[in-house]
Amino acid sequence: MEDIFEGIEPMVYQSRINIPYNWWAGDTASKFLLAIRDERKILGTKCDSCNRVFVPPRKTCPTCFTDNQEWVNVSDVGILEAFTVARRQLAALPGKVPICFGLIKLEGADTALLHYLGEVDPGDIKIGMRVQARFAEERQGKITDIAYFRPI
Amino acid sequence: MGKKRVAIVGTGQTHHKSHRPDVNGQELINEAVQRALEDADLTIHDIEAVIIGNMDHFEGINYVDCWSVDGSGGTMKPIIKLTTGGTTGSTLAIGGYHMVASGMFKKVLVIGWEKNSESDTTGAITTAFDAVWDRQVYAGAISGLAAEAKSYMDQYGATNKDAARVVVRDRKHACNNPYAQLRKEVTIEEVLNSPMLSDPVHLLDICPRTDGACAVIMACEDVAEKITDRLDWIWAAANRHTYTYLGDATYGHLDSLTRASQEVYTKTGITEPRKQIDVIELYQPYSFAGIMWIESLGLAELGKGAEYIWSGATDMGGELPINPSGGVIGCNPIGATGLIRCAEIALQVTGKADARQVPDVNLAISTGFGGCFWSDIILHGKNKPDY
Amino acid sequence: MENAAIIGVGMTRIEANKIRDTFADLAWEAVNKALDDAGMNMDDIDNIVTTSNDFWDGRTISCMAVSDASGAYDKNVSCVEGDGTFGAFYGLIRILSGSYGTTLVTAHSKGSEGISSLITNATFDPIYERALGLDMITGCAMQAGAFMHRTGTTAEQLAMVSVKNHGNARHNPLAQLPMDLTIDDVLNSEMIADPLHKLDCSPVSDGCCAMIIANEERAFQYKRDPVWIKGVAFCSDTYFLGDRDLSQARSLTEAARKAFAMAGIGNPANDIDVMELYDAFTYQELMWLEAMGISADGQAGRDLEEGRFAIDGDLPVNPSGGLLSGHPVIAAGLIRIGEVVKQLRGEAGQYQVKGAQRGVAQGVNGRCGQSHCVWVLDKNK
Repeated sequence: MEDIFEGIEPMVYQSRINIPYNWWAGDTASKFLLAIRDERKILGTKCDSCNRVFVPPRKTCPTCFTDNQEWVNVSDVGILEAFTVARRQLAALPGKVPICFGLIKLEGADTALLHYLGEVDPGDIKIGMRVQARFAEERQGKITDIAYFRPI
Repeated sequence: MGKKRVAIVGTGQTHHKSHRPDVNGQELINEAVQRALEDADLTIHDIEAVIIGNMDHFEGINYVDCWSVDGSGGTMKPIIKLTTGGTTGSTLAIGGYHMVASGMFKKVLVIGWEKNSESDTTGAITTAFDAVWDRQVYAGAISGLAAEAKSYMDQYGATNKDAARVVVRDRKHACNNPYAQLRKEVTIEEVLNSPMLSDPVHLLDICPRTDGACAVIMACEDVAEKITDRLDWIWAAANRHTYTYLGDATYGHLDSLTRASQEVYTKTGITEPRKQIDVIELYQPYSFAGIMWIESLGLAELGKGAEYIWSGATDMGGELPINPSGGVIGCNPIGATGLIRCAEIALQVTGKADARQVPDVNLAISTGFGGCFWSDIILHGKNKPDY
Repeated sequence: MENAAIIGVGMTRIEANKIRDTFADLAWEAVNKALDDAGMNMDDIDNIVTTSNDFWDGRTISCMAVSDASGAYDKNVSCVEGDGTFGAFYGLIRILSGSYGTTLVTAHSKGSEGISSLITNATFDPIYERALGLDMITGCAMQAGAFMHRTGTTAEQLAMVSVKNHGNARHNPLAQLPMDLTIDDVLNSEMIADPLHKLDCSPVSDGCCAMIIANEERAFQYKRDPVWIKGVAFCSDTYFLGDRDLSQARSLTEAARKAFAMAGIGNPANDIDVMELYDAFTYQELMWLEAMGISADGQAGRDLEEGRFAIDGDLPVNPSGGLLSGHPVIAAGLIRIGEVVKQLRGEAGQYQVKGAQRGVAQGVNGRCGQSHCVWVLDKNK
C-alpha cells in the first residue's frame, strides 16, 4: 500500500486549539489570593483531624476528607526543598531564560509552594536555603502577585 | 455476566448549576464524592480504586485523574481515567462495573464531572472532529444533531411540535428533581418560538451547559450486601462507538444504540422492552432524540416514536416513564451526564428517588450518548441477576 | 488473579516525525502487526480498549481518530486516557470481569504534532501554578535535583543511564535514537534545566503499539505461546508537587509491592530477569529501581556503575533502549510491556537477554512520577 504514495508530498495542516478559559478559583483560592493581593499575607488551611497546614490552601483535607475550617497565617519565609534553572527557552516559559523555579516550604506550612526564585545567581541556589517572598508592586489576585522568593 | 456480581451501593451528585463560582473543579468533585460516601455510609478509606473522567478541553487541564486526587480522595490509591466524549459518564459506569466484577477491587468509586462554564463548549467540542476533513464544516455538537433530526423528519414526517412535546415532558419532570439545573416548565409554543440555533433545532430543544459532578460507588456482591440492603444490581452493559467521520453515520436512526441495546436484550432475555422495562434514563441531549432513539431502543417501530410520546406513555404515571429526573435537557455537565443517568436509575431501583420516584421498579435502563453518534447502555435490576 | 496472557504484540517504529502517517495509519499498522503476530483476525477480538490523550492529539475525544483503524466498528470499545500500561490494565480487567475472552489494546501519540512544553504545561494547576510556565522538563528537573541531593547520586551516574540505553538501542531496529555515547558526551550536551542535559532527556516521538490480551482458555487457541500476566498494580501519589517528597516514589513502591505480591516475587532483585522501565529522564531509571527495591535506597547509581543493569549484567534494564531512545508518550508504557513480551518469547534478536523467564514493565502517568503502573510477566504459567 505504501507504493501508491511514492513521490507524493505529505501535506501538513497547521491549526491551533483556541479555547479561552475562565477558571473559577472558588471561595478558598479566592481568599488566599486576595490576602496576598490586599494584605501581602500568605494563608493556609488546617485540617482538624491531622493538623496539617496546606499551602496552597485546600477546602477539604485530601486524606482525611474533613472540611478544613481553620485558616492560619503562614510565614513569608521558608526553606527551599527543590529547584531547577530553565536554561533552554522552552515554549511554556513566560520570560527569557534563565528562569529559576523552586518548591518552598514556608514556616508554618506542611506543604511546599511552587514558585519562582529571584535576586539570586542560578549557580548559587542550594537546596536548604532560606528564602523570603518578594511581593509584586502591582497585584491582581494571581499567584504572580508574589514576584519570586529570594535568599535571605 | 461477570465473575462477580456488582451493585451500586451509593450515589451522590452536586446541585447542578450553569456556573459554580464558589468552587474550583476539585472542590466540585469532592462534593459529589462526599455525598456518595454518605449515601453508602462509607468513608474514603473504604474505597479501593477510583475511576474518573471528563472531557479535557472543557476545563483545559491535562491528566485530570492526576490533578483531581485531592477532590477524588485518590491519594495513594489506584486511579484510572476514561474519556469517550459525551459517553464518558456511562463509559465510567461500565468501567467501574468491570473493575469490581473482575474481583480485583471490592469497592470502587466512579466519578464524572464537568465545569462547562469554564470554557467555550462549542469550541471545545469542535476539536473532536477530524482536523482535515470535518472540523472546518461541523461546528460543535449541534450541527450533527440537527442533520440527524432533519433526516428523520424527511423520512417519517415528524414535526418540530413532536420534538417540543419531549421538551415539555422533561422540563416538567425536572421540577421534581432538586439536583436539576433547569427547573421551570415550558410549553410547546415557548419551544417553537425560542431562537433557532441550527434548523430544526431551537434553543429550548437542546440541553444547557452545566457545572456538575456525580459519584457512584460500586461494590461486589458479598460486600455490597453487607453495606446496605438497598442495592441496584448491574445486569448487563454494552456499547457501540461506531462512527469516526461524520459522513459515515446513518442519519435518522441511531444504529449504535440499536446494536448496543440488542446485545443487552439478547444477553438478558428481554424480548419486549416496553413491557419489561419499568423506567429509562435516556441520554437525550436534544428533543428530537426523544422521538428517534426510543425507536432505536425497540420501544416503538420506525417512524412511530412521536406517536408513543404523544400517548403519554413516557410521562410520569405512564407505562414506561422516561427521564423522571428531567434528563439531559434538565442539565448537562457532560463528563458527568452519562453517570448521572446511571445514578438516577440507581435511585429509582433502590426507591430513593423521592418526588421523582417511579413505583415498583424492577428492571431499568440508563444510556449514554456521544456527539459522534456513539451509544452506551446499562441494564439495572432490583434483584440479583441469576447468572 | 486469574490467568490471563498476552498473545500478540505489534509496534510501529519510533520516529521523530512520522509525517506520512495519521493517527489512524499508526493504529492500522500496529493493530495489523499484532493480529499477524497472534495469528488472529478481527473476528477473534472480543473488545477493544484504545489509549490516547486529548492534549497530545490536539483533539477532544482523541479515541475517535483510531477507533475504526483499531477494529472497533460494531464492537464494545472504551478508551483510557493515560499511559499505555493503564490502558492495558483496563483491557485486562474487561477480561477478568468475565465479559470478554480477548481484548485488543492500542496506545498512540504523535509528539511531532504538538508543542510538548505547552501540552505538559497544561498539567499544572490553572489557579496556582500554570502561569509560572513550568512543563514536564522543568518539573522533572526539580525532582532530579532533589533525588541527587538526598541520595548523593551524581551527574555521571545519570549520564551512564543515557550511555547504556542509547547504546542498547543500537540493536533495536524500532528505536529512534541508537547512539554510541560517552559520559562526557552527555555532560557536555546542552543544559536544558539544571541538572538535566539534553542527553539526560528522552525525545518526544511518534509511535503506536497494539497488544492482544486473552483469558486462559483463549490464550491457547492461536499461534503463539502465551506470555502470562502474573501481577499488575497501579497507584497514584499526591498531585501538588509540594505535598510529597519529590525525591521518593512511594506510589511506585506501593504499586510494585502489590504487583510483586500477586506474582509471588519475594526477592525482586533476584527473581526478575529483565525490566523495561519508564526512563523519560535518566534520573528516573535510577529512582524507580530504588523505589521498587531492586537497588537499596541511594545505591542504584553504584549498581549501574558495577554493570548490574547492563544487557549482560545480573538484571538488564531497558535492553530495548528505553524511552531515552524513543518516547511516544502514552504508547510508551505499552511498548515497555511489549518489549518484555519479546524478551520472554526469546524474540528480541540482538538485544535479547539470555534465558529471560520473568520480566517487569513499568509505566508512569502524571507529573514527576505521580502515578505508576507495574506489570509482572512470566513465560511460565
